[in-house]
Amino acid sequence: MTEAGELGWWGVLFAIFAGAIRVSTPYLLVSLGETITEKSGRTNLGLEGTLVLGAMCAFATSVITGSPWLGVLAAGVAGASLGLLHALICNLPRVNDIAVGIALFLLGVGLAFYFGKPFIEPRATMLTGISLGFWSDHPAIRSGLEVNPLFFLGLLLAIFLQWSLINTKWGLYLRMAGESEDAARAVGRSVQSVRTYATVFGGFISGLGGASLSLFYPGNWNEGLSSGQGLMAIALVIFARWNPVRCFYASLLFGGASAIGPALQSVGINQGYYLINAAPYVFTLGLLIYSSSASYRLAGAPSELSLSR
Amino acid sequence: MISRRNVLTGSAGLLLAGGSIFSDRVLAQGKKTTTVGFLYAATRNDYGFNQSFAVAARRIAQLPNMKLIEQERVPETAQAERAMESMIQIDGANVIVGTSFGYWPFILNLAKKYPDVLFVHGGALWKDGDPKNAIGFRGYMEEPHYLCGIAAGMMTKTGKIGFIGSKPLFFIFNNCNGFTLGARSVKPNATCQVVITGDWDNPVKEAETVNALVDQGVDVIVANVDSPKVAIETAERRGILSCGYHTDLSALAPKGFLTGAEWNWSKAGEFIESWRNGKPYPNLQRGGFSNNMVTLSAFGKSVPKEVQDAVLKAREGFVNDSFKLYKGPLKDNQGNEVLAAGREISNSDNAFKVNVKFLVEGAIGSTGLK
Repeated sequence: MTEAGELGWWGVLFAIFAGAIRVSTPYLLVSLGETITEKSGRTNLGLEGTLVLGAMCAFATSVITGSPWLGVLAAGVAGASLGLLHALICNLPRVNDIAVGIALFLLGVGLAFYFGKPFIEPRATMLTGISLGFWSDHPAIRSGLEVNPLFFLGLLLAIFLQWSLINTKWGLYLRMAGESEDAARAVGRSVQSVRTYATVFGGFISGLGGASLSLFYPGNWNEGLSSGQGLMAIALVIFARWNPVRCFYASLLFGGASAIGPALQSVGINQGYYLINAAPYVFTLGLLIYSSSASYRLAGAPSELSLSR
Repeated sequence: MISRRNVLTGSAGLLLAGGSIFSDRVLAQGKKTTTVGFLYAATRNDYGFNQSFAVAARRIAQLPNMKLIEQERVPETAQAERAMESMIQIDGANVIVGTSFGYWPFILNLAKKYPDVLFVHGGALWKDGDPKNAIGFRGYMEEPHYLCGIAAGMMTKTGKIGFIGSKPLFFIFNNCNGFTLGARSVKPNATCQVVITGDWDNPVKEAETVNALVDQGVDVIVANVDSPKVAIETAERRGILSCGYHTDLSALAPKGFLTGAEWNWSKAGEFIESWRNGKPYPNLQRGGFSNNMVTLSAFGKSVPKEVQDAVLKAREGFVNDSFKLYKGPLKDNQGNEVLAAGREISNSDNAFKVNVKFLVEGAIGSTGLK
C-alpha cells in the first residue's frame, strides 16, 4: 500500500464514479430492451447474442462507411432482426421462449464471430463523447467525464419508457399482454403481435448496447468484448423489478461495482482482488436475497412470463 | 495396423534406441513437402498471443517445401485432440504446432499414437519419459520486459509506470519484475503500479484498469493479457505511453508506442528443419535473447535516439549473457531480502524463475498469493 498520488483517494472515488458511467451503458440498454420484452410476457435470453452481433455490426459499418452513427443504426437493425426471429419462432404453437432465446444467443455470437473476423484488425471511427468535464483543467477529470452519448440516450429512454408504460395506450396493451392474455384478447388485441413488436423493439435497443461496446467503450471489436454482459443485464431486469428507471440505477450500481477492483488495485490494494472483482455479482445476489420472499411472487413480474407461471 | 513400413520403422527404432531420428523417414520425407498444421485457441489476428504464433507460422511457411495449414478457435478440450488428428489423417500433416498451453495433454496422447509426426508446443512442459517426437519451447519474456522497462523509465515524466497482469502466475510476476527493474535501473525512484485483472481476456476490465492507472498519474503501461489491444488503444486515447506484449503492436498506438516484448516462435522452424533432415533437435527449449527465443518490437516514432541506444545496449547484456536479471542486493516490495549482495541468478535458472512469487522493490501491489 502507498499514499495515492495525483488525485489520490479522491481519484479512487472518481474512478469508481467515472467507471460507473463508462461501464454501465451496455447493461442499461440491454436491460431496458429486456424489460420491454418481458413486460409483454416473453423472455428473450438471446440478448447476449444480440449484444455481440450489434457490437460487430456497428463496428463493421463504422469501418466501411466511416460514420459511427450509421454503425449505431446497423447495430439496432441487427438486434431488431434477431428479435424478430425470436418473436416469429415463439409465435408458433408450443414453442418455449427460453429455449429459443438460448438458441439465438448462440446464433448471434456465432454470426458475429463469423462475419466479424475481417474486422478485428481495422480501426473504426468512434462515437465522440459529450464533454462534461469542461469546468476542470485536470486531465483525469476531463477525460473521465467524456460521457458516452448512448448513455444519455439510455437515460432518456428509461424515463420515456417509464412514462409511456403508465400513460400511453401502447403501454397499457404491452402490460396487458404480459399480465393477462385473456384481458388483451377481450379488448381485441392480438397478444402475439404485441409480443412481436415488444421483442423487436427490445432487440433494437439491446443492439445499441453492442454499439456502445464497440464504438465507445472499450471501443474496439474482438471476440471477448462482451464476456457475458448481455446475460448479466437480463439478471439486472429482475433486480430492477421490470422498472425502466430502476434499470438505470441498477446498471449504474453494477458499473460502479465493476470499477472498484481496478480502482483499488491502481493505488496498490491487491489483497483479495478476485473477491473485489466479484463485487458486482455478490452485490446483486445480496440485494436479490434481501428483497426476495418465499410467500409472494416478485413484485412487478409480469404474470404471463414463463418465469412466474 | 501392421504394414511393411511400420514394421521397418519399429525395428529400426529398436536399433536406434535413444535416438529418435530414423533415416528412412529422412529419405521418405526429406525432399517432399512437409505439411505443418497450426492450431490456435482464438482468432489468429487478435493482436496478442495467437497473432505471435500466426506471424511465426508465416515465416515457417517461407521455408522450402513447407505447406501451412491452420485452424482457429480450437478449445483446450478433447476437441483439440480431434482437430489435430484430423489434420494428420485428412490433411496429411507431418508437423503439428499446438499454440495453446492447455493442448499439451492431447499432444502427448497423439505423439505416442503417431511417432512419425512431430509435435511442437508453445509451453516448456516436456519432461524425461515423454515422447521424443514432442517438443516444448517457450521464451523468457522477462528479458524484453526489462528492456521495455528501461524505455519506460527514461520516458516517464511522473516516475510512475503501470503493469497490468492477467493471472497471478510466475511468468507474469517475472515480467512485472523485469519491467520494474528495467525502469529503476535508469530512474531509481520510479515505481510500478501492479494490477492483476484475474482474467486472460476481459476488454472492459482492461480498459477500466488503464483509466484507473492514468487517473493515478501513471504515464507508461504494459499489459500482460491475451490481447493487449484494448489496453494499448485506451492508453493512446488517454495520451500516455505504452509497451507491447506478444507481437508487434506499434500500429495500435502511433503516438505513444515505445517498444514491446515479443515471442520468437519462428524458432520452431529450426526444430522442424532439424527433424526432417534427421539432425538432432531439443525436446525442451527455453531461453531469452542469448538463444534468440525472444525479440523486441521496433521502436515507436516517439522514442528518442538516446533511449533507443540505452535499450539496445542493455539488450547486448542479455545476448552475450554478461547481464543477469536477478542479482543481489535485491529486495522484494515487502522489504524482505531476496538475494544478498554478490549473489546472481543465471538467466537460464528455470527452477528459480518458476518459483518467483514476489514483486521486486518499487512495484506497488501484491501478488495476491498467500
